Amino acid sequence: MLADEDRIFKNLYGYQDAGLKGAQARGAWDGTAGFIKNGRDWIVEQVKASALRGRGGAGFPTGLKWSFMPKEEGPLPHYLVVNADESEPGTCKDREIMRNDPHLLIEGCLYAAFAMAAHTGYIYIRGEYIREREALQRAIDEAYDAGLLGKNAAGSGWDFDLYLSHGAGAYICGEETALLESLEGKKGQPRLKPPFPAACGLYGCPTTINNVETVAVVPDILRRGADWFANIGTPNNSGTKLFCISGHVNKPCNVEEALGIPFRELIDTHCGGIRGGWDNLLAVIPGGSSVPCLPAEQCADLPMDFDTLRNLKSGLGTAGVIVMDKSTDIIRAITRISYFYKHESCGQCTPCREGTGWMWRVLTRMSEGRAQKREIDMLLEVTTQIEGHTICALGDAAAWPVQGLIRHFRPEIEKRIDQYAANPHSDPVIVAAE
Amino acid sequence: MRKIVVDDIEVEVPDDYSVLQACEEAGAEIPRFCFHERLSVAGNCRMCLVEAKGAPKPIASCAYGVKDLRPGPNGEPPVIETRSDVVKKAREGVMEFLLINHPLDCPICDQGGECDLQDQAMYYGVDSSRYVENKRAVEDKYIGPLVKTIMTRCIHCTRCVRFTTEVAGVSELGATGRGEDMEITTYLEHAMTSEMQGNVIDLCPVGALTSRPYAYQARPWELTKTETIDVMDALGSNIRVDARGREVLRIMPRLNEEVNEEWISDKSRFHWDGLKAQRLDRAFIRKEGKLVPTSWNEAFEAIATKVNATDKSKIAGVSGNLLSLEDQFAFKAFMSNLGSNVIEGRNGVNIDPSLGRGSYLFNSTIAGIEDADALLLIGVNPREDATVLNARIRKRWRQGEFPIAVIGDDVDLTYDFEHIGIGTDSLNDLFAGKHSFAKTLENAKRPMIILGEGAAQAGDINEIIAAISNFAASLQGDDGWNAYNFLHRSASSVGALELGLVFDGGIDAINNAKYDFVFNYAADDSGYEKSEGSFEVYIGSHGDKGAHSADVILPAAAYTEKSGLYINTEGRVQRGLRASFPPGEAKEDWSIFRALSAIVGSPLSFDSFDQLRNALYQEYADLNQIDALLPVVESTESGDKVTKISGKGIFGSGLDSYFLSNPICRASAIMADCASLKQTTQIAAE
Repeated sequence: MLADEDRIFKNLYGYQDAGLKGAQARGAWDGTAGFIKNGRDWIVEQVKASALRGRGGAGFPTGLKWSFMPKEEGPLPHYLVVNADESEPGTCKDREIMRNDPHLLIEGCLYAAFAMAAHTGYIYIRGEYIREREALQRAIDEAYDAGLLGKNAAGSGWDFDLYLSHGAGAYICGEETALLESLEGKKGQPRLKPPFPAACGLYGCPTTINNVETVAVVPDILRRGADWFANIGTPNNSGTKLFCISGHVNKPCNVEEALGIPFRELIDTHCGGIRGGWDNLLAVIPGGSSVPCLPAEQCADLPMDFDTLRNLKSGLGTAGVIVMDKSTDIIRAITRISYFYKHESCGQCTPCREGTGWMWRVLTRMSEGRAQKREIDMLLEVTTQIEGHTICALGDAAAWPVQGLIRHFRPEIEKRIDQYAANPHSDPVIVAAE
Repeated sequence: MRKIVVDDIEVEVPDDYSVLQACEEAGAEIPRFCFHERLSVAGNCRMCLVEAKGAPKPIASCAYGVKDLRPGPNGEPPVIETRSDVVKKAREGVMEFLLINHPLDCPICDQGGECDLQDQAMYYGVDSSRYVENKRAVEDKYIGPLVKTIMTRCIHCTRCVRFTTEVAGVSELGATGRGEDMEITTYLEHAMTSEMQGNVIDLCPVGALTSRPYAYQARPWELTKTETIDVMDALGSNIRVDARGREVLRIMPRLNEEVNEEWISDKSRFHWDGLKAQRLDRAFIRKEGKLVPTSWNEAFEAIATKVNATDKSKIAGVSGNLLSLEDQFAFKAFMSNLGSNVIEGRNGVNIDPSLGRGSYLFNSTIAGIEDADALLLIGVNPREDATVLNARIRKRWRQGEFPIAVIGDDVDLTYDFEHIGIGTDSLNDLFAGKHSFAKTLENAKRPMIILGEGAAQAGDINEIIAAISNFAASLQGDDGWNAYNFLHRSASSVGALELGLVFDGGIDAINNAKYDFVFNYAADDSGYEKSEGSFEVYIGSHGDKGAHSADVILPAAAYTEKSGLYINTEGRVQRGLRASFPPGEAKEDWSIFRALSAIVGSPLSFDSFDQLRNALYQEYADLNQIDALLPVVESTESGDKVTKISGKGIFGSGLDSYFLSNPICRASAIMADCASLKQTTQIAAE
């Protein structure tokens, strides 16, 4: 279990003052000017040394990402964009940061912007996050009033402006290039890559897009040292991570834990165990709805980190852990997830636009058993026709849960089909009206 | 240059090539739906996926630059596979996805037989469907009288959206909804206002956007396709006329990079029903004030009697705006054989051809617009005068660093411009360097000045031409670049100037002189007014203005019913071919003049169309160079340079009614629809 002094988000539950005073009391904005005086390369080096991996889902090394930006500002301005469009089902970590510890995020923005020579930052916040927007805006205003943002931000000599932009509630706008389109005022549709945002991003300028949590942990990395961060967790999966545990646990919660914490420890320590005991566990979706589920037998001693989960053909994703006990109709659950992706597909490219609807329709029939067994393999093939053939990762995200279902619960589907076939007269008999 | 290996073939391509272009260079065929050479890259159909060795997943070749490809571990050139199993599977997958919600209504679809989806499904698809769910149905949208929509067929390639936004310059089409509920529509189903909207029919790879007037008329394989030249404006757009039997059923653009790229205006595309309506299909003669049908012989006799009774100096000829060079040449030969030199064919703009070819041609050339770096428009509305040329200006403007200024009406040209003024005084100010745009033109390497027919309203056109061409010559620019351009409105204007169908004083002089006998050769739009007591013979294809006042009508052929040469506004000689035959007793124009010349006792020397064309070539050797530009000889005249326009006047621009600018259009019901729609949208806008 993570020691209390190692926690970064000390006000995760909002028991203390979320304002500037409270944040400063917890250590925020301490030594800001000094870190910036150490120079751009120092910050990037610190982040690289901390082995911080992006907290938005893909787990790309943050320091490396920052170093893709052009070293010095050329004719085009650089932009920092913070992705606060947290829409992944099962994920609610960023909202707690923005509600209760917004100053860590704002401070992190300043370091990140300085490290990539950006004078302007945008936080793109999810459309449904009204209160979070208000809280974050309040914090930004506070920071401006205190001279922590704006000209000569926090006395560092670096000018930095931070703007909050409110989305309209589309899941796809959490995809980084769709987010940029939306931020530019266009329809939120992902862009083709390459060019990558570091070369051609917001308004065609070099841009780096980071997740809220990624940016918000940077101040503590600088303050406490990269070694401290790197020594938490497992090699290559270092640091602390906010886990959002929902579903059939006794006490669903958000909790900051070290990466690599075994699943059983995570659940038993913080969530009061599985509803109905460990034997009642059916499956876990370990990283938000887009990653494939894992069956109970793979879960118990599972270290919750990027690499272990990827090797199990799942993923840590956003660490939105969805726990399902044996009362769950897993086929219907995945069908519902499939509906979500069908609903949120932007419609730009063919495989995702047409494939997500197809998968959902087949799954809807399968969840009733109204299907043929050969359609299971067909469905699996459809997922592979979507996966990797789309512009953005939404196609993959739609395909993976279905693949997870078929990989681990094929007998369940077959059983459902058999049950339906054994009881063929479930449709009401049509009687002629007379 | 970069080396790249495509299917074991190594090619070297420029750095800015896409993988798709590189594959084509190597001879590999890449299927595509959304990609189009002249539109921005969308990369959304995913049909062009290819395998790049070393990449984790297939790449969209249309959107992937060769410079983004990673070389092999030892610096070997990147390897692309277009025939591997990965690619085959990707194509089959995309094809299947496209087809699951596409109605298989090919038997009742107008795109059938020329459908990209149909063709590519044959080559790259699988043979059967696994999709058993209900198919999506989408409501059809009304987007105007020209483009019919069957939106269930839409595969969301967004070519139409990109065309209207980028090329046509109207942001009217777009996509609403997302995911499988995405639909292409105009805002609140308003009709599109672009004069180029018909091109979305060609662009649409499926049958979602089809031609409304052509709906259910024919199958492509039933049609005889004739490559010819459009006469709706002076651009000489290359077109293909599709006819079944004698009936022209549709008109489509042909590719010509120098002229129209692959676009045509709606007027060029949709006037074809005018070829069937209001046609003069037999001779008429006026008896007791009424036109009554008659035979050719009777009509000829009446003309012969009248000609013999008329003093030859009181005979005049006026010719119209849709005529080929052979037509004009035959008419002129006929008139001079008759002993009259009063012949006028300039359609109301009295340019003096003795100023030299350079004074009335589009010297920078149409394709040259793309090299220009500053543009001044004077008395011209290119959007109406030459719609496709306007798209070329917009194309250049979109590339940036292309300042444009306008002297004339301040109208929406689909690009931004600086409006300097409306009259000759603004132009004089510019000549005197009093306006900042004079500096812009001076500093430009390839400045362009486009003068239009609307300038004639401001005063003496020849003085204006002299002043502007003098100013254009004074601009410093690249060697060999001619900044002066005249944009004509009529297909036959340059021909009339070349062949000398020119009468001092123009049509007004003819009107004022009140000739006793006038041959009106389809000159409905020339401004000719019949004077009291004169005898008018109308030779033309449509029962338009000239036919109403005529005493004898001789039915002739429309432009699709005869072969001929046309010179476009830049001086390009192009050859049109006959697509069908004149209706009823109507004859080809040259044969009418040949027969008539014998009747009136001064027979012409040619007995066939070939002899006519040879006679034309003998007299005007330049015209022999098909598809080439006429050579422009620099004027060596060292007279007084005109540096100022003396009179005060206001430049006109645009046409009175864009969609009704010639007899064929006025006979067309589709054009009438377009015209009234344009009027209502204009009223609504005001």
